Amino acid sequence: MTIQASATPPKAAPTTKDKTLSMKEAISRYVHDGDVVAIEGFTHAIPTAAGHEIIRQRRKNLTLVRMTADIVADQMLAGGCIATLVSSFVGNSSAGSLGEIRRRIERADPEPLDYQEYSHYGMICRYLAGAQRLPFYPLRSYFGSDLPRIQQGMRKVTSPFPDDDGAFEEIYVVPPINPDVAIVHAQRADRSGNVQMWGLTGIQAEAVFSAKRAIVVVEEVVDDDVIRADPNRTVIPALAVDAVVECPGATHPSFSQGYSDRDNDFYRAWSGISGDKTLLSAWMEEWIYGTADHTEYLAKLGSSTLSRLGVGQALSGRINYGTRLEPALDADDHVKESK
Amino acid sequence: MTSVAEGVGVTATELLTVVASRELAGRHTVFAGIGLPTLAVSLASMTTEPNLEIVYESGVCGAHPSHLPETIADSVLITGAEAVLSMPVLFGYVLQGGHIDVGFLGAAQIDRWGNLNSSVIGPWENPKVRLPGSGGAVEVAANSKEVFVVMRRHDARTFVESLDFCTSPGPDRALAEGGRVRGAGVTKVVTELGILTRSGVHDELKLSAVHEGVSVDHVLANTGWDLKVAEDLRVTPAPTAEELRLLRTEIDPRRVYLR
Repeated sequence: MTIQASATPPKAAPTTKDKTLSMKEAISRYVHDGDVVAIEGFTHAIPTAAGHEIIRQRRKNLTLVRMTADIVADQMLAGGCIATLVSSFVGNSSAGSLGEIRRRIERADPEPLDYQEYSHYGMICRYLAGAQRLPFYPLRSYFGSDLPRIQQGMRKVTSPFPDDDGAFEEIYVVPPINPDVAIVHAQRADRSGNVQMWGLTGIQAEAVFSAKRAIVVVEEVVDDDVIRADPNRTVIPALAVDAVVECPGATHPSFSQGYSDRDNDFYRAWSGISGDKTLLSAWMEEWIYGTADHTEYLAKLGSSTLSRLGVGQALSGRINYGTRLEPALDADDHVKESK
Repeated sequence: MTSVAEGVGVTATELLTVVASRELAGRHTVFAGIGLPTLAVSLASMTTEPNLEIVYESGVCGAHPSHLPETIADSVLITGAEAVLSMPVLFGYVLQGGHIDVGFLGAAQIDRWGNLNSSVIGPWENPKVRLPGSGGAVEVAANSKEVFVVMRRHDARTFVESLDFCTSPGPDRALAEGGRVRGAGVTKVVTELGILTRSGVHDELKLSAVHEGVSVDHVLANTGWDLKVAEDLRVTPAPTAEELRLLRTEIDPRRVYLR
């Protein structure tokens, strides 16, 4: 490890500097013991490889913030990385359950888990408040639910504004979340961290803006021209990004729209693996501690699995951003005009 | 073309799907997950309600999948879809904004008022079984005009007098806490035994239909509260040959969900 928590660099400035790092460097630099770490991706584009690297680097006492705490959360729990989990869904998609999370919550085995239960929109509102540095965010959920009884993060306020009938409505609010670091995945970015994403974009932009630092894992780092040819597809601008990690296939067993498909067989297998402590620790040894990085993990997965997860082509249409028909100004013209 | 005799060899899933699809007549926008609700929506759009639109919890609207999707976020739902929305747009503008007619939910427990538990069996602090939790269910329950629940299992452990934990409340619990109510809450519960219905605020679930071969006493014995029976109780009409043909040969020919 090279850089300690005290040496945190300033928030990234909107320049065209090169923010590319290896996964190892990015996790080492930006994820510290005890941090609040948001890993987002709503079934699509889950940066699983970043979770694996956090496990390899044996981070401890993390608070994991993740709307759908699925396989990567179960793996990080099995790796002993997580003390607190903030989530709105703890399940293995529709493919079964998560053995390690259930053992931790149901039996405190091998140790208790501080589980902070929310609903999806509650989590979304926490990110929205965090991204905007607001003290809370209102939502029309939770009246009559038992959730506020077990969750201090759901409280009522009274609107200061009367409604049409002159009444002042009571409404639940949730607090902001401002993770120490957010980690998301996308299809591509330039070196400075202008991130382009398509398909399910989930809560990734809000997670990045809510966080103090942000790591974006991408299928490929592309030239500036590629990004600038379609600026509306930039879901996260460089000013919010601290590190860009090129790591193709980082989402396995999740998918990356247009790059690789979801490994449904793996999802189905996970209930069996994680349900048995011996099988799970053997899996962790073989696939995470036993691989130096994600390249080795993918090599181990093998070419037949990778080709099974390959995808065909469905190109988007093209749009015209337009150019002004007058000749473009060059630098000299600027100087002349300002005189 | 396979010809299917009415009611012959119909599986529980097929029956639930057909019954749920018929209940969708007159609705337009449905918020649903993958599995039985998706099949029901597909079937309804081919039979009772051609204008149905399904909104997936992943953010996809107007999906035109090339293959039967395996999850709400299957890549085949995105390619060729009419719209793909971010989470704040989906949950904030579409759902909380009031655009959903029917939300489909499942649960581990339901009570007579249509309150739902999907969090825990046993006490929350020390649960016997930790379930996935809300996901978007709290929001679907609070913001949809009405909620349909599909429960494969109908017994006294799932249809309970008192929930172990109320994850997603119906409007009566919300009103009792001083909240404002937007929708009717659960109006239909489709189970392996029959259909329970509820008209809205202050009404409780009543048995409105039993499936063929199911006695009212059997339903009452498998419900954990004193279930009222509707005066106009009917027997669910068996799935028609055409409904079964559509399900088996066009909607889910590989029987991914038709177990």
